[in-house]
Amino acid sequence: MTESLAFMQGNEVCVEAALYAGLDFFAGYPITPSTEIAEHLARRLPSIGGKYIQMEDEIASVCAIVGASLTGHKVMTATSGPGFSLMQEGLGFAVMAEIPMVLVNVQRGGPSTGLPTGPAQGDVMQARWGTHGDHAMIVLTASGHQDLFSVTVEAFNLAETYRTPVILLLDEVVGHMRERVMIPEKNQIPVIDRLRTSVKAGVDYHPYLPREDGRLPMSDFGGEHRYNVTGLYHDMWGFPSTNPKVVHGLIRHLTDKIRHHAMEISRVKEYHLEDARTVMISYGSSARSALHVVNHRRARGERIGLLELQTLWPFPYSLVAEKCENARLIVVVEMNLGQMLLQVKRAVRHPDRVMLANRVDGVLITPSDIQSILRLIQGKGV
Amino acid sequence: MMDRVRLVFSGSGGQGVITAGIVLAEAAVLYENKNATQTQSYGPEARGGATRCDVIVSDSEIFFPKVIQANILVCLTQEAYMKYHDMVRPGGLIITDTRYVTVLRSMDCRQVELPLLQALVNATGSDKAYNIAALGTVLSLAGIVKPQSVLNTLLKRFPHADHTVNARALEIGMALPT
Repeated sequence: MTESLAFMQGNEVCVEAALYAGLDFFAGYPITPSTEIAEHLARRLPSIGGKYIQMEDEIASVCAIVGASLTGHKVMTATSGPGFSLMQEGLGFAVMAEIPMVLVNVQRGGPSTGLPTGPAQGDVMQARWGTHGDHAMIVLTASGHQDLFSVTVEAFNLAETYRTPVILLLDEVVGHMRERVMIPEKNQIPVIDRLRTSVKAGVDYHPYLPREDGRLPMSDFGGEHRYNVTGLYHDMWGFPSTNPKVVHGLIRHLTDKIRHHAMEISRVKEYHLEDARTVMISYGSSARSALHVVNHRRARGERIGLLELQTLWPFPYSLVAEKCENARLIVVVEMNLGQMLLQVKRAVRHPDRVMLANRVDGVLITPSDIQSILRLIQGKGV
Repeated sequence: MMDRVRLVFSGSGGQGVITAGIVLAEAAVLYENKNATQTQSYGPEARGGATRCDVIVSDSEIFFPKVIQANILVCLTQEAYMKYHDMVRPGGLIITDTRYVTVLRSMDCRQVELPLLQALVNATGSDKAYNIAALGTVLSLAGIVKPQSVLNTLLKRFPHADHTVNARALEIGMALPT
């Protein structure tokens, strides 16, 4: 495969990137605005020897990919808010059983069936805390197609590296928009493959015994080793345990394996932050509007910059604090009622300087929306 | 060409306005090395309802992908015209089909009313590729991309069996404004 220029929808970019990363099993239940992911994979997967299954619902979809991942496949499902709600149980199981998988949520307006064809970014906290119990979660996003390609490959890489579900949290605008993208050559972006155990057949294999580096080699389920997988707290054999030591060790392991690597997992893009007195923080399609405003105001000499988040969770608290150190004003641009705003306030030294620029009516926030809000905040009127 | 063109195709679901926009934007990116974005807004229904397709073609990078003020607006239904005519910049261009749209006279822009469906049916005996004919009128009146780039895109995107019909519709659309 050579590098090639393409003009495609974000959902299709996500598909091409997933295949690039080695996706060979997809189970899903199509829902706007993520439908094209299922549609393209239904066409693409069989042609490369992969499996595509349209399931009866989202609960079955997430369970099917958990099972397929255990047998050694790289797996993904795609949905939107209503389906994401249904998938929370399976997602929690994948956290507990340490199953590598990628779950794409192309956000629409919520709650409930909400606004199928309108953009929103209201699932940021659900992505973090939608499934019950203490846990860590890796959630990535992108605002444009070139980044979407590499972020999607990264989602698969992180899922394998940390044996964990990774959520790709897109929005309607990025999912449906078409723009230019260069599909990279094979090996241009590193792809991390499944770490399999070197334990021979017939020798005891401990599915939950970490190596010295903390990683857990897997054995394709149904293959050479017999082992147990459960959503209950479990020991190194995979068998249920209520031993407080085991329980404590596992919850710490599940959260620390991600928390301790937060800096490596964090992906951000910086625009004109060096001397910025006004720092905007945004992600997904909102970041496109924010960047438009930054370039416009920079051209007029204002010291304004943008920090674009591609990793939403684990939230890069220390990095945000550092980038906002000299800011007099911090404006979070997002299409919800302030979900990332709260994290930014927690991160910075002066939470009172953090303001929200948002829109929650199913329409992409525009540069002029942001301009008006900035003028108001800066005391310049409308 | 201006270094940035903002265009909106509008009409009713099923008329192919979204496809027309995609073809234009894809032609600009793949065959003319420009940047382009295409977005759409539509209701949940598969047919009917006001549909709108926003295309920006530019020599520079495009951040905000929606059209707020259009240089060019194509309206294939009265509903779409009433909803979107206000978004055209002074001095901009509105293209309508006389079969479906009666224009308002008080507009500060160039309005080109064309018997597009009529011309297509007269020439081919069918309304097939109506959207491509509409795209032809845009190429004729505003340039943006070369007709050959659009033809290349049509060949790439659609079955070869349909190419004759598409190419003919494009030609009919292009010939109409002159």
